[in-house]
Amino acid sequence: MAVSAAPLDLAELTAAVTADTTADGAVTSFAGLVRQENQGRRVSYLDYEAYEPLAVRALERICAEVRTAWPAARVGVHHRIGRLELGEASIVIVAAAPHRADAFAACRYVIERVKQIVPIWKHEHFEGGDVWLEGNTADPDDEAARLAAHRIACG
Amino acid sequence: MRVTVRLFARLRDLAGTGELQREVPAPATVSSVWQALADEMPALRAYEHTMSVAVNADYCRMTTPVHDGDDVAFLPPVSGG
Repeated sequence: MAVSAAPLDLAELTAAVTADTTADGAVTSFAGLVRQENQGRRVSYLDYEAYEPLAVRALERICAEVRTAWPAARVGVHHRIGRLELGEASIVIVAAAPHRADAFAACRYVIERVKQIVPIWKHEHFEGGDVWLEGNTADPDDEAARLAAHRIACG
Repeated sequence: MRVTVRLFARLRDLAGTGELQREVPAPATVSSVWQALADEMPALRAYEHTMSVAVNADYCRMTTPVHDGDDVAFLPPVSGG
């Protein structure tokens, strides 16, 4: 689990998640990238802000939820903050498990939960202005939201 | 008693700062800290029903008690990923 301004390295995270075991038969990953268009606006760059100590705690909570839902799976997640240019990765997630169904589900679950409860914000700078993007009201105890993420993860 | 108030994203922009020190009368709750802040900066009130709150970097509720030296954070809806 990490939140930092350094560029993200998917290979490094994959190596960390899959180290020390030969039990894994499946490794899945997700990278979120800064897209050039958002809601009809031409994006110039994104500035990510985090409440870092709480963001790390929220990521740890998500990993604990993964251990409960998919006991055989292990996940790693790094979120970047600061200024990100188009095409750069803002988040990388790796999930490993003995079987692919759990690896895919755990990976999807993590990104859905990140968007629900991790205190990180995008400040979008576009041609002609800037805007803070606001998504979900973060509430880790909202069971309906957690179950919705679980349903999405299980396809 | 004295608390540190932390504001993020657009709340920080609206307040013009991300960190303030405030004196609040005891006994205090997150709600009483917020009400005093919103009286001082009415533009923040737009977030009253959509924000999340945290004390000492743990999510909590508006009814959570606040003690001297605590760190009280007000968080707009999140948009990570």
